[in-house]
Amino acid sequence: MNIDEALKKIGDHFGSRILKVNRKSSKRAYIDIYPKDVVDVVRYIFKDMGLRFNIASAVDDFDSLEILYHFTYDPTAIIISIRAMLKDKNDPHIDTITGVTRSAWWIEREMHELFGIEFDGNNDLRPLLLPDDWPSGVYPLRKNFVVPKRDSRKE
Amino acid sequence: MSHKAHVPIGPYHPLQEEPEFYKLVVEGETVVDVDVRIGYNHRGIEKISESKNFDQSIFIVERICGICSSSHPVACVQAIEDICDITVPERALYIRSINQELERIHSHLLWLGLAGHFLGYNTVFMWAWKYRELICDIMETVTGNRQNYAMLKVGGVRRDIEREHVPYILSRLDELLPKLDMLKGAVLDDPVLAARLKGVGILTKEAAIDYAALGPVARASGVDIDVRRDHPYAAYDRVKWNVITQTEGDVFAKTVVRILEMYESASIIRQCLDNMPDGPIDSNPKEIPAGEGIGVSEAPRGECFHYIKSDGSNSPVRHKVRAPTYMNFPTFRETVMGQTVSDATIILAAIDPCYCCTERMLIVDTKDKSIMNVEELIRLSQEKTQRLKEKMGIK
Amino acid sequence: MGFKENILTKSIYVFHLSSGSCNNCDIEILDCLTPRFDIERFGIVLVGSIKHADVLLCTGSANRMTIPIIKDLYEQMPKPGFVVTFGACGASRGLFKDSYNTGLPLDEIIPVDAYIPGCPPKPEAIIGGLVKLIGKVRAKKKKG
Repeated sequence: MNIDEALKKIGDHFGSRILKVNRKSSKRAYIDIYPKDVVDVVRYIFKDMGLRFNIASAVDDFDSLEILYHFTYDPTAIIISIRAMLKDKNDPHIDTITGVTRSAWWIEREMHELFGIEFDGNNDLRPLLLPDDWPSGVYPLRKNFVVPKRDSRKE
Repeated sequence: MSHKAHVPIGPYHPLQEEPEFYKLVVEGETVVDVDVRIGYNHRGIEKISESKNFDQSIFIVERICGICSSSHPVACVQAIEDICDITVPERALYIRSINQELERIHSHLLWLGLAGHFLGYNTVFMWAWKYRELICDIMETVTGNRQNYAMLKVGGVRRDIEREHVPYILSRLDELLPKLDMLKGAVLDDPVLAARLKGVGILTKEAAIDYAALGPVARASGVDIDVRRDHPYAAYDRVKWNVITQTEGDVFAKTVVRILEMYESASIIRQCLDNMPDGPIDSNPKEIPAGEGIGVSEAPRGECFHYIKSDGSNSPVRHKVRAPTYMNFPTFRETVMGQTVSDATIILAAIDPCYCCTERMLIVDTKDKSIMNVEELIRLSQEKTQRLKEKMGIK
Repeated sequence: MGFKENILTKSIYVFHLSSGSCNNCDIEILDCLTPRFDIERFGIVLVGSIKHADVLLCTGSANRMTIPIIKDLYEQMPKPGFVVTFGACGASRGLFKDSYNTGLPLDEIIPVDAYIPGCPPKPEAIIGGLVKLIGKVRAKKKKG
């Protein structure tokens, strides 16, 4: 299944629930969806089409947060990334995909603590990487978090 | 009468370096649950990368993990090159492959040594690490350093392999191969090791797919994936080599995969040195436009994944790094449940968690409040080997 | 005091601590045990418990989660004991000084007696560093 066949399958199955398709090259594509459709899309791509879940990455776009779920089809070396935009940065929510695949277990914990994204349905969002005494509400990978620099002249 | 004991797998031990914290819940001798708390090693690399330019990011990703320090830069530069389809000169592609395969041999030998130590085969530890020095010598000759090679740049490589170094590299490889044969024989033909490792810590194919396991961990369970063959990069599609898979999914299968991969790596290096064309090693790209790119490479532990988003400036807007162990770690929970405490170290080591986080283990017996540290856990493992030897009448 | 330090410089027991490193340094330290470098012939031994250690050898950039552990281990080390930092991360946090998770350099958490720079330092450097430490300890002994 090459990238055009994969994109056609996804397009045919989901129809207007797909917002945008960016076929970047013969090996890379980015598909925009509504956040509420993420579980259905992930289930279709992972279980029905048999792609491998690579990882999810969140990005702070200043006025919104976006999550990219990356999937790989190894036999033809294509990587399809599903993009969900979370418009409300003060209270970003999206459904968990851990019900579809256990491989998202850690990355949702990480995105929760580094970006502040709530994964509805995931009741194990304990910190994974940050220390226990890290102040709550401070999300290091958001753009408004700036690492304080020390002035070595004062030392 | 069974009692639940909590087994925290935590801090410091001379033989293992990376700090993670595992809590094993034990009933008697059997592990019934695992919890993990990492973060002792979290250095905020993704955030640092956003304040550096693209050339500097490559140096930072080298230091994500000591023994994947050529795989992460390869994936990182490929992600940047993917943004705007930068072509890389042929010679540079071959050099990238040679660098990565040398590292693969180095990493698997290192792992073999550590696994040997856990099982009480200290000679295997000493010899595997001694012959690892042959690879370190090649690396020092070619790149200038034993680790952290600083070979990669966007659009090519930074240093060439000189013609006069090639016979030296080949002679070291010739010296290494009989040693690999010896280590292979010592490990795979040993009946005690077979009794110790076969059937232990099995990861089924279905679980490997569900956890999206990678690298030798997946290949030992019959999942036939290898980035070098599936997403050909560098010079891997220009040389002949085999992907090694097994089906049993136990620790023995993972050992077999890693040992046989070393032979494939040696063959790839030789073919690359023979077929490498002359020519430039750098295509000198001048700027990176706005866009997104994904780069993947096969580290000794599995697929490294880098996603880079650029806004046309000199720095990445977002740099997502995913090391292979991130996907393999959770399989530890799957493979250690129901196993005995004396096998816990070797089951964790079999994932090859970026240089053994197995030191991060402590056992607390809630019954008598005694605490066992990791040395004692390793001693349990070594004692089990000794008991097996006695049972089989082997000295 | 002089007697203890005399003993100490004859055979050094080293406890290795990684405070959040990439492991390159840790591998190089372990490498010193292997046949090519074999630090045990100098009487330098890696020990499993801080209570037996003369030297605390630290690698890594002092990740926030490890800071209390570092302080605790330093308290537990029997004195006279010495601290040696290993690698660029140990000296100043190296590349990671601008990270949100590396709070302070090691020498602001515990007193450091010797630095072995490099990324990673070669095994020859660790032997050289420990020899320099022995020299420093002996010089202190002569003075006081």
